Amino acid sequence: MTQTVTRAPAPPIDRQPSAIRLGLSRAAFETKTFFRERDAVIFTFSFPIVLLLIFGSIFADELEGTGLNVSQLYVAGLIGSAAMTGFQNLGIGIAMDRDDGTLKRLLGTPLPRSSYFVGRALNTLFISFCQVVILLVIGVALFGLELPSEPSMWVTFVWVFVLGVFGSALLGVAVSSLPRSGKSASAVITMPFVVLQFISGVYIPVTQLPPWLVNIASVFPLKWMCQGFRSVFLGDAGATLELAKSYELDRVALVLGAWVVGGLVLCLTTFRWKSRRDG
Amino acid sequence: MSTERWTTGSTGRWCRASRTATTLEGMTTAVRVRGLTKRYGEVQAVGGIDLDISAGEVFAILGPNGAGKSTTVEIMEGYRTRDAGEVSVLGVDPGRPTREWRSRIGVVLQTANDVAEATVRETVRHFAGYYPRAKDPDEVIEQVGLTDKAGTRIRQLSGGQRRRVDVALGVIGSPELLFLDEPTTGFDPEARRQFWELIENMAHQGTTIVLTTHYLDEAEALADRVAVVSGGRIVAEGDPATLGGRATAKARVGWAEEGEHRSRETDTPTRTVLELATRFDGEVPELTVTRPSLEDVYLRLIENPS
Repeated sequence: MTQTVTRAPAPPIDRQPSAIRLGLSRAAFETKTFFRERDAVIFTFSFPIVLLLIFGSIFADELEGTGLNVSQLYVAGLIGSAAMTGFQNLGIGIAMDRDDGTLKRLLGTPLPRSSYFVGRALNTLFISFCQVVILLVIGVALFGLELPSEPSMWVTFVWVFVLGVFGSALLGVAVSSLPRSGKSASAVITMPFVVLQFISGVYIPVTQLPPWLVNIASVFPLKWMCQGFRSVFLGDAGATLELAKSYELDRVALVLGAWVVGGLVLCLTTFRWKSRRDG
Repeated sequence: MSTERWTTGSTGRWCRASRTATTLEGMTTAVRVRGLTKRYGEVQAVGGIDLDISAGEVFAILGPNGAGKSTTVEIMEGYRTRDAGEVSVLGVDPGRPTREWRSRIGVVLQTANDVAEATVRETVRHFAGYYPRAKDPDEVIEQVGLTDKAGTRIRQLSGGQRRRVDVALGVIGSPELLFLDEPTTGFDPEARRQFWELIENMAHQGTTIVLTTHYLDEAEALADRVAVVSGGRIVAEGDPATLGGRATAKARVGWAEEGEHRSRETDTPTRTVLELATRFDGEVPELTVTRPSLEDVYLRLIENPS
């Protein structure tokens, strides 16, 4: 063939839609379709609620000399757990997206990769926020939880929540590369999450755990998130129940901040857009 | 940009006037590939492929599973890296895809099961937002024949209907070049015909189409040119009507005589038919004249690649 190569005439310069706007559009699309998958919605929202009802009803005793009861401890722990749902949601959700062709399809479009993550992150933030609100309502209505009145407590709540959600969401994005397929994702991701909940003070107070388990838990964000939420909902009276006899909020901020940065690095270096069979 | 001539074929459907020999030169090139190679471990998937696809052309890549056609197409789509060779798609190296380039091409992949819970209209509208020059979502849904299903969740669609959603998402951004990877696998015959019409319409509007398929009738119906890939190389390339010397190969003339079927292979089928017509004094019983089908040529090519 003796054809000469000529470039196609340059098309008029088009304005690409902004990455932020597309991220918001992805978030709306993901959230809409998430709420249509009724079984997943029921599971996601009922799990912490059912646990709160069970634990809160079983352990209604007062904690020695603090004027607090055990169910309040569970509300704080389960809020930590709810803020970490992103780990599970994203770990499983992205593994499924990789398996069912979502990621490959998106990769073939001009959608910026960052918009996909913005959409996922906002979706996670929204779901976690809904869970926390439901837990707070049940805590106040049934278990005598008192919402803090000082604004400084709510400031603590917001930064623990935001850092915790993003740190665990990034960890979820990173672990989504571990399952070999979308089908195995649920089992692969749920197991470490449940273990983490048991060793991080969600169900069992950290003071009752052997030190080596606490050391393991201290590496991950959940222990610190629970500690931060206890500081908000149990107040100064509960500080004596902590291992360090204080909530160590500076360390909470440090570890959660490190997870946001470290999780981001981990995602950028290990994230796979393609499934294993796509090479 | 399109210099094609269109004629209405004897069947009344649109068919493309052959122009490969006359107008290739001077046309703009949509895809140019030189010396492309790709190896997976021990396996040489692509072993030196050259390709030129002109703007406005419908080009089919045929080949058995594992021949390297999907790898070749995925390299052109920017999904895979190559080991060596030059590739230019719409003037851009797909090894370094940009957003601008992505918004000029459309990709319809093999089976996907995503976006199950969204409706057809929601999905097409959502994807339209990704592109600077998106088509009207309702028009695209109309074009792929899903207007009746626009409000249905994708989970509830049949396989053929799902595939049309894939095509709708592939074309929503008004691509200059559309890749279709085995688009009609699993279609019933009627759905395939409808799909072909859709592709013909798009080609008619000037979209360059690169298609891989296992169906030779599909390649013959749609493609201006085909390339047969076997063992990571192109073993034949050309107009499907003349591929592998089809048009000039020996013809087989068949007829019925004295209660049995007779046939003769000949270079001059017209003369044979005339002789038979004289012998039977008019109508020849059960007369057929056949040349090797594209399938015959294809099977020969992939068995003896040299």
